[in-house]
Amino acid sequence: MTESDLRTHATEIHEQFSDQLEIDVDDVVERLDTLVNDYQVPISEARRSVVNTYLDEAGMDRDQLGGGDGGGNEQVNVADVDAPEEWVDVRATVVELWEPRADAVAQVGLLGDETGTIKFTKWSKSDLPSLEEGKSYALRNVVTDEYQGRFSVKLNRTTTIEELDEAIEVGDDSVEADGALVDIQSGSGLIKRCPEDDCTRVLQNGRCSEHGEVEGEFDLRIKGVLDDGEEVTEVIFDEDATEELTGIALEEAKEMAMDALDTTVVADEMRQKILGRYYRVRGPTFGRYLLADEQERLTGAVDADEILIKARSI
Amino acid sequence: MASTPTREVARRVFAREFNDASYTFKESDDDRAPVYVLLPTGQRANRVFLVGTLTETEDVGEDSEYWQGRVVDPNGDTFFMYAGQYQPDAASMLRELEPPAYVAVVGKPRTYETDEGEVNVSIRPESISKVDEATRDRWVVETAERTLDRVKRYKEADMEDPATDEYISMADEEYDQLSIENYRQSVVGALESLQDEQAEASAD
Repeated sequence: MTESDLRTHATEIHEQFSDQLEIDVDDVVERLDTLVNDYQVPISEARRSVVNTYLDEAGMDRDQLGGGDGGGNEQVNVADVDAPEEWVDVRATVVELWEPRADAVAQVGLLGDETGTIKFTKWSKSDLPSLEEGKSYALRNVVTDEYQGRFSVKLNRTTTIEELDEAIEVGDDSVEADGALVDIQSGSGLIKRCPEDDCTRVLQNGRCSEHGEVEGEFDLRIKGVLDDGEEVTEVIFDEDATEELTGIALEEAKEMAMDALDTTVVADEMRQKILGRYYRVRGPTFGRYLLADEQERLTGAVDADEILIKARSI
Repeated sequence: MASTPTREVARRVFAREFNDASYTFKESDDDRAPVYVLLPTGQRANRVFLVGTLTETEDVGEDSEYWQGRVVDPNGDTFFMYAGQYQPDAASMLRELEPPAYVAVVGKPRTYETDEGEVNVSIRPESISKVDEATRDRWVVETAERTLDRVKRYKEADMEDPATDEYISMADEEYDQLSIENYRQSVVGALESLQDEQAEASAD
């Protein structure tokens, strides 16, 4: 490593301590040089070591460091998390806290910044302070994770949490799709879910793939396909959205199935009401699905004039 | 995700162009690879979505039920569809529906060569549903827009350029270039008839 590269690193470290310590850039360069060139330590590790030395001298904690980077992580926007197992820093607001489903998890929920939202998990054994809903934090040293195409961040023992005075605004990461509803897939209509704690799997012939034969709980759902002639969007409508879309509520669906001694009549009835119509749907994405938060039937008059003028002119 | 086969988009096309789409092909040698018809404006179609007026249904089967449905677009051109025992939902809709009615149809293009060597293009419906006039009107405008985009792309393409879209080049080879003008006319015709209907409706 050249002298000028070392000097760049040294200047950055110097800046981090300029308020607390009377140190001289040359001194920092010398320490880095010893580690990197004499002991062949990688520069990132050398920086860590030198920073630690100065932290000790100043009697400071790592997370008190201003400027520069606290531990060599990149600060990322939550929408930019696109790979697992990366150490990053985020500045985000706690949008929602969910009920942890296992003792190993202290807190779980949703973090958001200007670019969108991301799930977070905080382990019990990490022994970190509690996050509060609605507050904004700088979280340093969190690890990214991925499950079925969805990314999350995990807080761990080395994570530092600093509450921010400023409120970080949470951006909207929902997407909009419109088109004709061209298909209602199997697993739609009146379904049964596994009643076991932590399990909401949809039963197949009365069986849960995890818990075997169980007494299921009824639910309404539609897995539909919106198609605008250029691309398809798979949409999941939950109980409320399904009722709004079809006018069929859970109780009514149960009665329909009871009368017919068959649950499939519900999906058949729903098909007749919504298939082939145009809709606009908004909501967040989950894997390859859009989860419908808002929906409207597109029935308004459409304007043909503009296209007609274009068609006549070519 | 690479592991999930992507669902084929349902193309929007007026009956005149659809019925001219006699050239079919596959993208791979796999037996189960999807079959596409080539739209004369230069786009492949493995599925179509259409909304029009169901004017006639008839059981044309000999041993078992085999329903034919005729659905007419605003230019008066007809889509033909056939549903038998393997399309039970669509077949029962054709059995039960009373023409005339607006219907929305999702289906797969199928071609059939007659004894005279002509290729007939029809639809094997996946679903048929009864819809209202607003849905039909929206489909007409949407289909006009999509068709016009294809016509425009076709007209602007340089067939000598190897970078030209492969389906446009394919259409240039397989179909008569002059027919492109017909599809522009079907866009104009469909929109004009829609405007006439709307003018009549507001005059009433």
